[in-house]
Amino acid sequence: MKNDNHSDGLTGPVIHDEIVAARAPWMHRVNAGETLRIVDLEGNQAVDFLLYAAADDAERYSAQDTIAAQANIFLRSGSVLLSNEGRPMMTIVATSVEYHDTIGGACSCESNSLRYGHHTKAQHACVDNFLEANLRDGRGKRDIVSNINFFMNVPVEADGALGIVDGISAPGLTVDLRAEMDVIVVVSNCPQINNPCNGFNPTPVRMIVTA
Amino acid sequence: MSATLADPNAARAHARSMEGTVVEAMPILPPRADDLPADVTPDDLVWEETIAAGGYASRALARGTRLRLIDLAGDACASLLLFNAAMPTERLNIADTVKVQWDAYPSQGSVLLSDMGRALASIEQDDAGTHDAFCGASNEASNRRRYGDGSNSGAHPNARDRLLLGAAKHGLGRRDVHPCMNLFKGVRIAADGTVVPQLGPFAAGRSLVLRAEMDLILVVANCPHGLDARPWSITPLRVTAWRGPVTAADDPIRTATPERLRAFLNTEDLYRR
Repeated sequence: MKNDNHSDGLTGPVIHDEIVAARAPWMHRVNAGETLRIVDLEGNQAVDFLLYAAADDAERYSAQDTIAAQANIFLRSGSVLLSNEGRPMMTIVATSVEYHDTIGGACSCESNSLRYGHHTKAQHACVDNFLEANLRDGRGKRDIVSNINFFMNVPVEADGALGIVDGISAPGLTVDLRAEMDVIVVVSNCPQINNPCNGFNPTPVRMIVTA
Repeated sequence: MSATLADPNAARAHARSMEGTVVEAMPILPPRADDLPADVTPDDLVWEETIAAGGYASRALARGTRLRLIDLAGDACASLLLFNAAMPTERLNIADTVKVQWDAYPSQGSVLLSDMGRALASIEQDDAGTHDAFCGASNEASNRRRYGDGSNSGAHPNARDRLLLGAAKHGLGRRDVHPCMNLFKGVRIAADGTVVPQLGPFAAGRSLVLRAEMDLILVVANCPHGLDARPWSITPLRVTAWRGPVTAADDPIRTATPERLRAFLNTEDLYRR
């Protein structure tokens, strides 16, 4: 991983650097002031993303509070990720993708049965990744709320039609998140193969944390 | 303390003298309503209550129950939480509700979906059409910024803390106040993602009827929408509920789309025991 430009523009020493395998969960603590860079290594890989306050994990990322505060459904550079109690948890300080999604939610075995049919119920899904990671940390199903989907594209048309469509990311594109409080980041590297969110081919992503 | 209430008998008489007081925002027990649909008998009425401006309520509703919400004066904002009463870890999933139905704007005929791929409730009638799946509840911090105070004990309570009290009365807690659906106050989404609010005030008396597709715990708060920049503006919300039949196999909402049909199949599977 040395001979690449994935760390370009990051300041501060790298304190964590990890590849998250395709289809896998990931959980990591990021302290206030640290920056997490997510690298979409092969392009158009949805990264389903939740945040919990490290000091009190009943406080967590709130898509609705975040949307209401910025009066926009898209997450862009400058978006402040708010908690369910209205406090800033992280800020998107830079991103090479125009915008990211926070209305599409996470795929689950159960919602797959609605969207595609009961033949997909046995496929691996993001909610199972969220559960697996959260259960290791004392959280459970009640703690899974509307999430962010980095590198995923969910437009709303004039007639209200809403759907996951072809991505606007590309290999090597990134998003940088500065922690505004100590947070636990929980990620599902999305395993979905029934819609374009991963280009029908789940791929690894890279997580770089700088102090 | 007033001297005349210094002994318990006087205090009891004082308390009992309030009997029969009628205010705008209160439950009616036993429930009574003179405007039920023609095919509903008064014996099937289960709930009649007016929720105060800034107030909240929570209640268990049986499968098949119809819940009518009326925006009495045109400025109500009903923020809704829904749980499977038998297993409250199953709750409304707003993202799945809009994604599965390929529709950002729930309205008549839409189904409110749980995080277990099941139909929780259907919007059986809707003459409002302005609702909001995106902006959620106000919180203490946002109300403090807008009104100077957002506490339950003050004049400008916030929707999240109202929902939290309603949920707590069914044994639920802070982890259970999930992303909510706002009824009567709406938003539209512009092509660039901008949230365009539709906040009224609207005509008095707009209504919406929900049909419970499973045994539910309902929590509803009636606080100003988070994007409402006016001075504190909220009016009472009337709720009326009556018993009704479980959704039939040929129900037009159930059969409208393949996704909705599968949501009903999943709910029916829950009751197959």
